Amino acid sequence: MSAPSNTSAGPPAGSSLLLIISVIGAFLAILGAGLTHDPIFRLQAGTLALAGVIAAFVLNGGLAGGTLRDHPDQYSDNVIKAGVIATMFWAAAGLLVGVIIAAQLAWPRIFYFPEFGFLNFGRLRPLHTSAVIFAFGGNALIATSFWVVQRTCKARLAGGIAPWFVFWGYQLFIVMAATGYLMGATQGKEYAEPEWYTDLWLTIVWVAYLLVFLGTIWKRKEPHIYVANWFYLAFIVTIALLHLVNNAAVPVGLLNHKSYGVMSGVQDALTQWWYGHNAVGFFLTAGFLAMMYYFVPKRVERPVYSYRLSIVHFWALIFIYIWAGPHHLHYTALPQWAQTLGMTFSIMLWMPSWGGMINGLMTLSGAWDKLRTDPVLRMLVVSVAFYGMSTFEGPVMSIRAVNALSHYTDWTIGHVHSGALGWVGFISFGAVYCLVPWLWKKPGLYSNKMVEWHFWIATTGILLYIAAMWVSGIMEGLMWREYTPQGFLAYSFIETVSAKHIENIIRTVGGLMYLAGALIMIVNLWKTISTPSAELADAPAAPATAIA
Amino acid sequence: MSLWKQHSKLERHSLLLIVGILLVVSIGGLVEIAPLFWLQSTIEKVQGMRPYTPLELAGRDIYVREGCYLCHSQMVRPLRDEVERYGHYSLAAESMYDHPFQWGSKRTGPDLARVGGKYSDTWHRDHLIDPRSVVPESVMPPYKFLAEKDLDYSDIVDRLKTQHTVGVPYTADEIANAKKDLEAQADPFSTDAVGLRARYGAKVVNRDFDGDPNKISEMDALVAYLQMLGTLVDFKSYKAQAPENQR
Repeated sequence: MSAPSNTSAGPPAGSSLLLIISVIGAFLAILGAGLTHDPIFRLQAGTLALAGVIAAFVLNGGLAGGTLRDHPDQYSDNVIKAGVIATMFWAAAGLLVGVIIAAQLAWPRIFYFPEFGFLNFGRLRPLHTSAVIFAFGGNALIATSFWVVQRTCKARLAGGIAPWFVFWGYQLFIVMAATGYLMGATQGKEYAEPEWYTDLWLTIVWVAYLLVFLGTIWKRKEPHIYVANWFYLAFIVTIALLHLVNNAAVPVGLLNHKSYGVMSGVQDALTQWWYGHNAVGFFLTAGFLAMMYYFVPKRVERPVYSYRLSIVHFWALIFIYIWAGPHHLHYTALPQWAQTLGMTFSIMLWMPSWGGMINGLMTLSGAWDKLRTDPVLRMLVVSVAFYGMSTFEGPVMSIRAVNALSHYTDWTIGHVHSGALGWVGFISFGAVYCLVPWLWKKPGLYSNKMVEWHFWIATTGILLYIAAMWVSGIMEGLMWREYTPQGFLAYSFIETVSAKHIENIIRTVGGLMYLAGALIMIVNLWKTISTPSAELADAPAAPATAIA
Repeated sequence: MSLWKQHSKLERHSLLLIVGILLVVSIGGLVEIAPLFWLQSTIEKVQGMRPYTPLELAGRDIYVREGCYLCHSQMVRPLRDEVERYGHYSLAAESMYDHPFQWGSKRTGPDLARVGGKYSDTWHRDHLIDPRSVVPESVMPPYKFLAEKDLDYSDIVDRLKTQHTVGVPYTADEIANAKKDLEAQADPFSTDAVGLRARYGAKVVNRDFDGDPNKISEMDALVAYLQMLGTLVDFKSYKAQAPENQR
């Protein structure tokens, strides 16, 4: 591990500045909490103040005690270790909330509490989506990007203390957003729920993230920027753009948590789904494709299948994705020309998506046998297969006639989860399984058997989940439009709700299995880290098993 | 061949790469979103649309706060079954004062775009307090606390002002009287209701929405909002086939 280096050059650059900013931030937050008449704002400012005070104490202690030291001759791996731990923590938290809200829809009489309104579906659902997308996914992206950019540039992370600021600043964003949802602070736009001050905070953190990432690229000792870094860069830059435009809002007061967005109605709708679909396209796709372009070749020890395909894949994907938003608004009051454009580009999007999938899968050429022996590689490859499946399903659902049936139904929920659980979840888990032994300098994982269990339990869970949602989604879509021979609507709305009861239960079980897999993984990683290397070395490392 | 060589420039210069990314990702958004702000045909010309009364706005903010939009759409599509189930398909004009829009993306519960006037206030109150007491198969959460909690409208004037800032045409008169109008609408015997109707139209009804005359609760505000949803546009005067409404 990172033994104290002799060339240590005092504390990381910017530590004192960050200490001053923390103190000032804490002071302002306490002032805000004291002056406001808005109870939600007071609690949120209080959270901010607490974070500032803790940061100040930790920084001050580190600076005074000399424990906070820079190691310019080493890669910054401690911040990645923290990122990996945060990734797994938020994975468990976000999946657990998902299971709870699934159970609420399956058994509303048991899982709703009239006395605890903050645990209602409407407040927990943003908590679930933000926890899995931004907390779990975001931490996985930041941690892996910090690993990949250092290794592919052969340079230490830039910015002194800045990577740690990005890490903890991002956790603070998550805590502010999550506690805000429970209290009822929300902008009411899906996946963009955090209120104005939380958005501002994320903007600061995100700019720091971009600068750390770019600064590291500038220090690179390789002339070429590796393909994974293009995808990370596109993800960081485009998310910044989407975040700023979609969250443009005017607060009701500087000491009031509530704000109103600057756009309304149809313009707000298209901006929101331009944002929403590209949160999928750039947060949940481009960033995770970067993971694919690094961890799949690394794990199979083969180069990426086609360099040219990766160039075409990159530019085609980011160009076409941004157009696809209007397919969320078929048959709405959005002008039809915009709907048609969105549908057209969504169908075109199938091609770059599958180009990327092919590039990932074909990287295994000549090494397919490793799928049998290395469960981590299998997880990575199955994630790419799920990516291929959901990027085929997406264009199908974007066709207006199909969308007339699928929109507003559980089919959409199933589609999202095949991408989220299958693609995003599995590629992140695969990357973390790779990273933990590398980071903690271990010869391998504690148990490949447990990875097998994780893989099969989680895969079965995903299949149960998406199959249940296909059935319930298509069923309710058909029931809504069913007519009796006399020409009346055949079903009242509530009949279509009660018809989904069994599917709701199956979905809950599927989610529970996926959560169980993640918990098995956490135990496995914990054991990997805590077991001395000498004992781990006895376990047969999976890729070493010879196959004829 | 040469094109691949050209690309290596982008691979060597991070700022060039960023500029390339920004250019490529800007095109789609600009082409699709920007015209919506200046194409006159985007929003239909209709009679009857007005900004929300202060009580309705407070109710709408509760609707947003509780995440109702996560299970209820407010967008009736022009499909036969939807129009028969919910009423006239939704127009862009109907959400032109909505910051944020609440069209929704999921119907775990039914569409609410035209729920106004379909049920009694009492039904709404009972249903919100305990959904399964009136609809046994419902999976909706209970909102008992709305009936118990006093509505905090201390910042209602600021809310209207902010709405005005982002483009909702509230008049100075409406902003100045926001508090009075809010109290008037929740009180069936209010003498200020005349002013409320002068500002927001003759259709605005002042009554005790939550059935509890002792206080203005969050339930009052939410039910007031639900009861006006989809009732504003005068569809008798709306000509769907008129050239100015063709999109």
